Amino acid sequence: MNATSGLITDTIAFSNVDGPGNRFVVFLQGCNFDCTVCHNPHTINVCDDCGDCVAACPSGSLGFSLMGGVEWNRTSCQGTDACVAACHWDATPKALRRPVWDLVHEIRRAAPFLSGITVSGGEATQQPDFVRALFGAVKGDPALAHLTCFVDSNGAADRSIWSSLLPVMDAAMIDLKCLDPEIHRSMTGQPNDQVLESILYLAAVDRLYEVRLLIVPGVNDDPVLLARTARWLADMDPTLRIKLIGFRKRGVRPTSRLLVEPTPEQMRAYEDIFATRGLFALCVI
Amino acid sequence: MEMAEMQSRATAVVRDGALGYDQKLRRLATLATEAIEYPAISSACREALDKRVICDMYEGTAPYTPRYVLPDYERAIAQGSAHLELDPPGDLDDALSFLQIMYAHVPSVTTYPVYLGDLDKVLAPFVDDASDEQLDRSLRRFWIALDRMLPDAFVHTDLGPADSRITRSILRVERSLRQVVPNITLKVDPSITPDDLLLDAVNTVFETAKPHFVNHPMMVGDHGERYAAVSCYNSLKIGGGAHTLVRLNLKETVLRHTGGIDTFLAETLPTYVELTAQLAEARIRSLVEQQRFFETHWLVREGLVSMDRFSAMFGVFGLAEAVNLLVAYQGGSGRYGHDADADALSYRITERLADLVEDRPMPYCEGGAGRCYLHSQSGIDLDTDVTAGTRIPVGDEPPMLEHITTCAPHHRLFPSGISDIFHVDETAVRNPRAVVDIIRGAFAGGMRDFTFNLDSNEFIRITGYLVRKCDLVDIDTRGARHSSDYLAAGSEASFHLSQRAPKRIGCHERDQRTDY
Repeated sequence: MNATSGLITDTIAFSNVDGPGNRFVVFLQGCNFDCTVCHNPHTINVCDDCGDCVAACPSGSLGFSLMGGVEWNRTSCQGTDACVAACHWDATPKALRRPVWDLVHEIRRAAPFLSGITVSGGEATQQPDFVRALFGAVKGDPALAHLTCFVDSNGAADRSIWSSLLPVMDAAMIDLKCLDPEIHRSMTGQPNDQVLESILYLAAVDRLYEVRLLIVPGVNDDPVLLARTARWLADMDPTLRIKLIGFRKRGVRPTSRLLVEPTPEQMRAYEDIFATRGLFALCVI
Repeated sequence: MEMAEMQSRATAVVRDGALGYDQKLRRLATLATEAIEYPAISSACREALDKRVICDMYEGTAPYTPRYVLPDYERAIAQGSAHLELDPPGDLDDALSFLQIMYAHVPSVTTYPVYLGDLDKVLAPFVDDASDEQLDRSLRRFWIALDRMLPDAFVHTDLGPADSRITRSILRVERSLRQVVPNITLKVDPSITPDDLLLDAVNTVFETAKPHFVNHPMMVGDHGERYAAVSCYNSLKIGGGAHTLVRLNLKETVLRHTGGIDTFLAETLPTYVELTAQLAEARIRSLVEQQRFFETHWLVREGLVSMDRFSAMFGVFGLAEAVNLLVAYQGGSGRYGHDADADALSYRITERLADLVEDRPMPYCEGGAGRCYLHSQSGIDLDTDVTAGTRIPVGDEPPMLEHITTCAPHHRLFPSGISDIFHVDETAVRNPRAVVDIIRGAFAGGMRDFTFNLDSNEFIRITGYLVRKCDLVDIDTRGARHSSDYLAAGSEASFHLSQRAPKRIGCHERDQRTDY
C-alpha cells in the first residue's frame, strides 16, 4: 500500500525552476532536515491532527473526521493558507495521501507540454518506495515515456535509496547547504556526511544534474569556505552545473527573517569564487 | 456628416499638439471619406452598426483599398516592377532597397504595409556570398529604416518554418535593436523547425516580445503553403489578403436575446451573423464594384496580388461575456475558463459561428472558397467592458495548462487567426526550454497561434501589436513616433492590459501560489 501512495503536499502542472524544461512537480510532505532558511516550512512535518488550524479556517473548510484526524474540504477551501499560518508544527492539513495512478492521471493532462517530472518536497527521498513506483509508472506509460524523472533532494539519503531509484530516475538535483559539517548542522539540524556522499555517488553514476548552494551572508558565505567548496566540487566534476542561490526572506519562518539577503555585489563575489575554480556551468539566482 | 461637424473635427486634428504631420494627414484623409455616403445596407444592419453590435472597424465609408494586402514579394523580386521602374535586384543591397521602395507603394487601411514578405525566403537568393557579419550589418540598417519609415506596429514580417542564416540574423538584429517595428511571426512546423531555432526565438521574445508563433501545418491545411500572418494575428493568403474586417460583438447579441441557449444558437446568433455578413458584403461590393480597386491598382496589374486570393474577415469578440451571461440566464454561476459547462457552451457557440459563416456565400471571396474567414478579433482601443476575441478576460485567466486547454479547441475554427496571450514569469529567462516545451505542446494540442509576453518586459502586446511602455508616457501632450502608440494609449486606459495575470510556470515559494 505504501509503495503505491504518497503523502502529497501539492502539485504544479508547469514549473520552469525545477530542472530542465517545463516540468510537472510533485511536492512530498515531510523532511528530515529542519532548515532555518526553509522557504516552505509547512512541508517539514506530517500533520499530528492537533486541530489548531480548524478554528483558524475562515471558510470552515477544516474539521475532524470520525477517527479524530483533521479533514480538509478542498471544494470550499478559499486558499488563504490561514491553516498553515496557525500551525505550530510546521505542517499542513492539506497534504493528502494519493495513489500513484491518481498522479499519473494528472500528469497525463500536462504531458504534451513537459520535458519531465520532478519530485520535490519536503524531502522526496523520505518516501522512496512511492517515488520509485511513480517514476516506474511514468516510464511504463506510453503517453509519458518521453518524460524525464528528476529528484530534487537535500541529499540526506542513504546510498541504498539512490541505488534503488537508479533504474527509473534520470537525474537528481542536490542542495548542499554547507561543506563545513558544523555550520551545516547549525543550518539544518543534521550532519552533512550523507549529503556529500550522495553528491559523490550520483556524480559517479552520472545522475547528478546540478548542485544548488543556498548562500546566506554571515552564515555560510565565508570566502575561504566557498573556495574550498568550489575545489571540492571541481575535483569531483570540473564541468558540474552549479546553481548559486542568494538567500531570500520570502516564505521563511518569522524567526529567520533576521537573516540578511545578499546584495548583488556579494552575489557577484560568490560567483567569482566559483568561476575561477572550475569550468562550472554556473547559474546565479 | 454635417459640414459643421466635419469642420470642427478637421480643426481638432490640424490643431492637435501631439499629432505629427503625417498622422494629421492620415486622419484628415479618413475624415474626408466620411463625406461620401455609406455603402447601401438594410435598416436592420444600419441599426446594428449604430448600436455597435456589429462593427466596421471605422475603416471609413468608402473603402478604396483592401484592408490587408499581402503582395507576393518573391515574385516582385524575380520579375522587377514596370510601375516602379525597377529591374530585378542583383544583390542583397539592391534587394533591400527594392523592398524599401516597394513598401512605400503598398496600400493598407493604416497607410503602412501590414506585410513585408517572408523575409527569410524573399532574401534567400542574395545571401550566399555574404558573411554573417555582413548580413547582420545590412539587415540592421534595413531594420532601423523599417522602424523609422514605417512607424506602425501592424507592419509585419514572417519567418520559418525552416531554419536559415537570414532568420538567425534577423533574430540577432531584433535583440540588439529592441524596436517596435516590425512585428514578427515565426512559422513552426514540429517536424521542420529545430529546437535550437525555437530557443533562439524564445530568447528573442524575452528581449523584444517578438516573435509570435503560428502552427504551420494547421495554417497550410487552411490556406495552402503560401500564407502569412500579418498585422496583428491575421493569417491570409500571400498574393491576396482581406478586403475588409467586420466584427460581431457576441456580448451585445446576448444582451439582445431573451430565452435559452438553444434559441440563442438557433435564432439570435444567426440573425446577427447575417447582419454582419451584410455589412461585409456591402463594403466588399463598394471596394470592388464602386472604387474598382482590382481594376486599377498596379499590384494587380503586375500579378503581385490577385482578387481570387482575397476574402474578407468575419471577426467575433466578447465570447467570454456572452458565455457568462448565457450561463447566468440559466441560473448558473460558472465562468468561461473556470467551469467545464461554461467552456462546453463556448465551444457550441464558436462551432455554430463557423457553420453559419460557412453557410453564407460572399462575393469576390474566392480566396476563402467564396466564404468569409472566421477570425477571433483581438480588440480595438474603443472597446470597454468586453473581452477581445475568444479570450478569457484579462486578470481572470486560470493557470496556464487550464488556460491553454480551454482555448485550444476554438483554434481550428478560426483560419484567419485567433490569439490568446500568455504571460510568463521572469524565471523562464533562465530556462527558455520550458517555453519551447509549452509551444510544442500547444501546437500538438491544436492551437493555431501562440504568443507569450515576459512579465517584466518593457514591451506590451496590446491586441497583438506592440508598444514600448516608455512610449505611452505623456503621449497626450508629447505625441508619439509610432502611429499605433495612440491606439495603445486608448487601450491601456480602457483595459489595463498590462495587468494580465502572469502565468507562473515556476514557483519555489509555495506560500506565494495565490499569485496565480
